Amino acid sequence: MDKILRKNEFWLFCILLLMAFIVGGSNDAFWSRTNLFSLFKSSVVMGIFALGVLLVIVSGGIDISFPAFAVFSFYITVKYLLYIKFTGPVVIPFAMSMAIGTLLGLMNAFLISTFKLIPLIVTLGTGSAVTGFLRAFVGTGTLSNLPQPLIDFSRWNIYTETLSDGSVIGFSGSFLILIALSLAVAFVLRRTTLGRGVYAMGGDLTAAVRAGLPVPKLYYFTYGLVGALAGTAGIVHCSLIRLANPRDLEGAEMEVIAAVVLGGASLTGGKGTVSGTILGVFLIVLIKGSLILVGIPTDWQKVAIGVVLITATALTAYRSSKGGR
Amino acid sequence: MNFGFGKIAKGEGNIRQLSFITLCTFILMCWLLPDTFLTVRNFRSMSFQFPELGILSLAMMLAMLTGGIDLSLVGIANLASILGAFVFVKIMPPDSPEGVVLVYIAGVVALAVFVGMSCGLLNGFLISRLNVPPILATLGTMQLYTGIAIVLTKGAAVIGFPARYSVIGNGSVAGFGVPLIIFILLLTAFTVLLRKTNFGINLYLIGSNAKAALFSGIKVGKVLMISYMIGGLMAGLAGLIMSSRTNGAKADYGTSYILQSILVAVLGGVKPTGGSGYAIGILIAVLALQFLSSGFSMLRFSNFAKEFVWGVFLLAIMIVNYFTNERNKS
Repeated sequence: MDKILRKNEFWLFCILLLMAFIVGGSNDAFWSRTNLFSLFKSSVVMGIFALGVLLVIVSGGIDISFPAFAVFSFYITVKYLLYIKFTGPVVIPFAMSMAIGTLLGLMNAFLISTFKLIPLIVTLGTGSAVTGFLRAFVGTGTLSNLPQPLIDFSRWNIYTETLSDGSVIGFSGSFLILIALSLAVAFVLRRTTLGRGVYAMGGDLTAAVRAGLPVPKLYYFTYGLVGALAGTAGIVHCSLIRLANPRDLEGAEMEVIAAVVLGGASLTGGKGTVSGTILGVFLIVLIKGSLILVGIPTDWQKVAIGVVLITATALTAYRSSKGGR
Repeated sequence: MNFGFGKIAKGEGNIRQLSFITLCTFILMCWLLPDTFLTVRNFRSMSFQFPELGILSLAMMLAMLTGGIDLSLVGIANLASILGAFVFVKIMPPDSPEGVVLVYIAGVVALAVFVGMSCGLLNGFLISRLNVPPILATLGTMQLYTGIAIVLTKGAAVIGFPARYSVIGNGSVAGFGVPLIIFILLLTAFTVLLRKTNFGINLYLIGSNAKAALFSGIKVGKVLMISYMIGGLMAGLAGLIMSSRTNGAKADYGTSYILQSILVAVLGGVKPTGGSGYAIGILIAVLALQFLSSGFSMLRFSNFAKEFVWGVFLLAIMIVNYFTNERNKS
């Protein structure tokens, strides 16, 4: 019991429940299946991003280029598939977007590991370059006529129900992708040498080098995987909203990093879990989605997330500095 | 007074290289655009454009000297300019006589200074007292400050300043634009602050080795707090120039300045890990960026193409610095 009480995830789960009851208590609409299903659906994209950010934060780095990579990946994929009038299986666009994301992620890894540059500044640079390149040379127009396989994917529900007023609501199948990827990332981080290496590198880079860990390889692995997850999140996002908009997801890095930090990952590296991250994502999605339900205008969304992030990081930092003394 | 020119003559690392890059950019643009770039009109317009970025870059340099970063600067600038705009639009009676308007303008300047320093104080408090990593602290406060600005304005631009106010952003004294004069004054003040005061020397020491600085009796927390407050103050002033020059205040104005100010600082020879950098480097770097930016505009580059170039430029400069440092080591 004592062990459970000390776990970050336990407290996060309590806060999540508490907030759900507060929001649900002030507005019954919160508990409606329409709202709950839509909350789960909106946590998919953010969740996939968060898994990538978790990896990079555990490795002791940071990545703010992933929304740019996601947009680049899905936009090019959709544009190309429209050009060849694609009608094949939905796996193809996913694989393509993921591959583009991976390549971009490997570019980050190359810059960081070869020239020993700071991840924040590298990803700031690559993010800006990739966004600029996309909008200057590929296109700025929103593509609204997505290839049919992607539209079918967005309609995929694992559970549907007809409400009394005749409208049909469904639990989006895209949530399964988040579950699968979460399990995969958790497995990699916990059970594989590479994953343990990522923790070791984030815990103490010098020690990791001296212990003979293949640090450059770990950089390529981490940032490559972040890129792959960004590409996947991108294509899921564009499929779910049925639009490929090159101006999308701007500023998403902020909320995702907030979620991962809320989930207990430490920005100094070496610490963080998949379960905490997913809870953090749920918390941010809940806050974002519930402001209107409790009567707070959406204008306050940024303030609310800012306050939550500042409080959470301040508490974590304060607690760990106390613990250190 | 030593402005660091001696260091340039001696070939101090990246600054000589930077001056060369700036000169090359200048010559390139003059060669590509002889009729439009090399004109009095263009130089005049450039001298009004770069000071706000220059001031933000000085603030960014201050944070980077201690090994930190301040992502909230543009948020602070916009919040300060919006609050100032509210004073004009909501509090100042319309048709106030000249003297009253001047008092209000002085009040708005004081307000911007106060807002900037308060925002900086919160950053400094989070970073130095609660030990929140600077990236996270300022990422959070950026969200908070921008969020407050959005709540206040509902995302719309606030317009309707008294004509006198535009002097700050558009006026000239003895042929020099007021923003340029403000920038040069701040640059001089910064050089003195960093080179001639204990505070400045402590900043460099903290950036080189925070632990050693702490053990040698430097009040690290206090120095960090003050440095983020000065950064906020600078952002507030930049906000004034921005709102006065564009005659409007908006919550999402100038968001690209964050990347650009980091670019200017890194280009100007500030080490992102802290402990090294000169104010004079900021001047040369911001000029290089302005030459490029104006030149690109004249060559009809889109803003997106510029964004692409800034990103690539930032990475290229970091790589070049890496090779220079490697060579110096061997």
